[in-house]
Amino acid sequence: MTQTWSITYEIFRKKGSQAAHYDRFEMKVDPDEYVLDGIERIWAFHDRSLVFSHACHHSTCGACGMVVNGVEKLTCITPIRSVTKDGGVIRVEPMRNFPVISDLSVDMTVFYQRMESVGHQPVVSIAHEDSKGKFDPDDDLLRLSDCIECGLCISACPIALTTPAYLGPAVLAGAQQSGDLNLCVLELVDSENGAWRCHSAYECTEVCPSHVDPAWRIMDLRKKLVSRRIKKFFGVK
Amino acid sequence: MAKHPQKPINLIKWFDPRNKSLGSWAFILNRITGLGLTLYLFLHLIMLGQLAGGPEAYDGFIALVKNPIFLAGELLVIAAAFIHGLNGIRIGITSFGIAGGKQKQLFIGLMTVAIIAIIYFAIRMFTH
Ligand code: HEM
Ligand code: SF4
Ligand code: FES
Repeated sequence: MTQTWSITYEIFRKKGSQAAHYDRFEMKVDPDEYVLDGIERIWAFHDRSLVFSHACHHSTCGACGMVVNGVEKLTCITPIRSVTKDGGVIRVEPMRNFPVISDLSVDMTVFYQRMESVGHQPVVSIAHEDSKGKFDPDDDLLRLSDCIECGLCISACPIALTTPAYLGPAVLAGAQQSGDLNLCVLELVDSENGAWRCHSAYECTEVCPSHVDPAWRIMDLRKKLVSRRIKKFFGVK
Repeated sequence: MAKHPQKPINLIKWFDPRNKSLGSWAFILNRITGLGLTLYLFLHLIMLGQLAGGPEAYDGFIALVKNPIFLAGELLVIAAAFIHGLNGIRIGITSFGIAGGKQKQLFIGLMTVAIIAIIYFAIRMFTH
């Protein structure tokens, strides 16, 4: 049985050099719809000038990240029920720590470039378990890697807020996951704005919709970097 | 890349705990106590400078800091030191890739120790 809730969307609006403001839209929704569904209806029936990004609608493309009632969410898989109540408000804002292009859309160019330069693999080989319970990568079978490059972790990070020079959680996690710490990658991650800039707030792991656990990966990357340095100091290869 | 006009970064947001998780509370506490301890270090050095004023100046000063307002201030310093130091241990070990997945439990455990220590010192300071 479907329910109907009356809720208000409060949507962040900003075009060009215009001052930012919020537009309110009263909506009738089914609470089991997703936050993105409501935004699409606002665009379809109320305001065609609303700019927002999405593609797949099933948590794969990573395009629909926004800040919903103060918390980073992948809006295509966030049920309205989980963020408000009947008669309540859903405030939708663009992700933090990225330049706003228009309304809810942000410019993620630098982020994508960084992912590429640390060797993040969007497609990885599937690990299969042998009869002794040991995992081996199966190079023939491929899958999409966990990180969908949605940028939510960067939006939630207090250090990305401090400086856009910080590589950010997903990028450092990408370096850790690719495992190939060649000299180019090392120069990026073993640096002031790389793994050593993190201040352990763990917000990235809280908001990641895809079980990447970027904070854990940053710490693991540090462990790898330290052991590399120790080995180098003692001349071990 | 196209440049988009942006608001200047507002670093007060560092200290905004709304909608944040435990890890951010730890980060905020660490930053506030770290800055507080640094401020105290300067005050402390100025206080020690009183020694140069000879025994009378110093005794007068000691009498002043025995009053409850100064004691409460000192308790704040002790609290900051316990919170910052114990949380610092958590940051240190997780940063070496140890117990990274257990940071919340570590934080709660260490802050429990900090609270017990702070209460112990409060009782000692105000009953002597
Ligand atoms: C028990 C001894 C201490 C330990 C284990 C400790 C540990 C730490 C750690 C691990 C950090 C880095 C936190 C981060 O990554 O965000 C830090 C930051 C800091 N500490 Fe300490 N600390 C100690 C004592 C002190 C003292 C005595 C002072 C001041 C006089 C102080 C002032 C600061 C400041 C200003 C910061 C920077 C805060 C920030 O970046 O958020 N610390 N401390
Ligand atoms: S690490 Fe998680 S939150 Fe960050 S970009 Fe990848 S999927 Fe999104
Ligand atoms: S629309 Fe593709 S992840 Fe949400």
